[in-house]
Amino acid sequence: MIVNEIVDKLGLTVLAGAAHLTREVAGGYVADLLSCVMAAAQAGDVWVTLQTHLNIVAVAALNEVACIIVAEGATVPPPTLEKAEEQEVIILSSPLPIYETVGRLIAMGV
Amino acid sequence: MKDRFALFSLMGREGALSKVHELIREVKVSRVMTSGPLTVSPNATMSEVKELLRQQRISGCPVVEGDTLVGVVSLEDLIHALETQNLDRPVQDFMTHNKLIVAHAQEPVMEALRRFESTGIGRMPVLDGRDRLVGIITRGDITLALLRTLQGVYSEAEALQDRPQHFFEALESERTDLTLRYHVKRGDFARGGEASAKIKQALLRIGASPQLARRVAIATYEAEINLIIHTDEGGFIHADVQPTEILVVAQDPGPGIPDIEMAQQPGYSTATPEVREMGFGAGMGLVNIKRCTDNMSIWSMVGVGTRIQMFFKVSPDEARKTGAQ
Repeated sequence: MIVNEIVDKLGLTVLAGAAHLTREVAGGYVADLLSCVMAAAQAGDVWVTLQTHLNIVAVAALNEVACIIVAEGATVPPPTLEKAEEQEVIILSSPLPIYETVGRLIAMGV
Repeated sequence: MKDRFALFSLMGREGALSKVHELIREVKVSRVMTSGPLTVSPNATMSEVKELLRQQRISGCPVVEGDTLVGVVSLEDLIHALETQNLDRPVQDFMTHNKLIVAHAQEPVMEALRRFESTGIGRMPVLDGRDRLVGIITRGDITLALLRTLQGVYSEAEALQDRPQHFFEALESERTDLTLRYHVKRGDFARGGEASAKIKQALLRIGASPQLARRVAIATYEAEINLIIHTDEGGFIHADVQPTEILVVAQDPGPGIPDIEMAQQPGYSTATPEVREMGFGAGMGLVNIKRCTDNMSIWSMVGVGTRIQMFFKVSPDEARKTGAQ
């Protein structure tokens, strides 16, 4: 499965990294604690979080997650989006709460 | 670049072909189309259409009433109006309105491509789920998207080929020793992870496997964040890279850790509530470091500083560019 399918099926908004939507998705991980993400997220995971500050980009890039989904329609500050473009990190926005966002991801086979 | 054909075979099914395949089968028309196209009203005159086509250098456009598509007017219709000297007549007298061929925003590009093939037309209005006009798609749009995808795959493969296939292969000497040094400032969250990213990049560039680069980067990231959060004035990260082993040292001149054993307990953290709000301070930093390294040691003294040494052995698998996943 590629990121673009998730964008379409969940009706997500692409905030950054639109040029990389053919990236392959392997699984998923949810956490707002960055160390937990560093420890447990696998390369190719979809990372669902509420964090929006700059450091999520570094964590995503180092961990090689497929994309970040920011849930609850949280606003992502422009510096985070700029850094994400620069590091080729995809940031998607979901209007749904984390619980429902993840539920739909699992239902579609992520 | 020695042989460009060899490059394509190297990309094989996993590379260019599968990307193009994905694009055609899975990418929706909405991603490729031009949104918000120029439109005319059915009551506009053919003379107005002539000006629009001339000024915008287009060969046709959708005719809409509100959001609803009612027809398509093309260069051919305009010629018809010119021949019969009816330029002052309304568009609705000349446009095509029966059996309009359209594309749907949510259908795969493949479907649109088939319709272009079977009908021979050059452009299709794109409708959304409620039959409202949202864009226009041409064969050119599809070609352009394909070429862009191919170019992306191509430069990826090129970058891959320019990289050495074996760790340190590109640097030959009797004893090779690469040193990388970074200064990390206290409180500089905006640049948090930069040193780790640079070390990772350097390792990949000299031919380390992605797994090796990733585990060094994760351990270094935790040490880097510790320098940003927990030190008086920041510190240094120093990576010593050799063909068979890598040593990364994070060092700072204070304040020092009072109880090292406690600091290594999973979940123990002295981070402030502000820092925790940003998602740091889970008390997993040192635990993560231990997991990613083959050996690590911490030396610390209150009032003097802290020094964390992270040792990585380069296994034969990790030394190969395409090491086992």
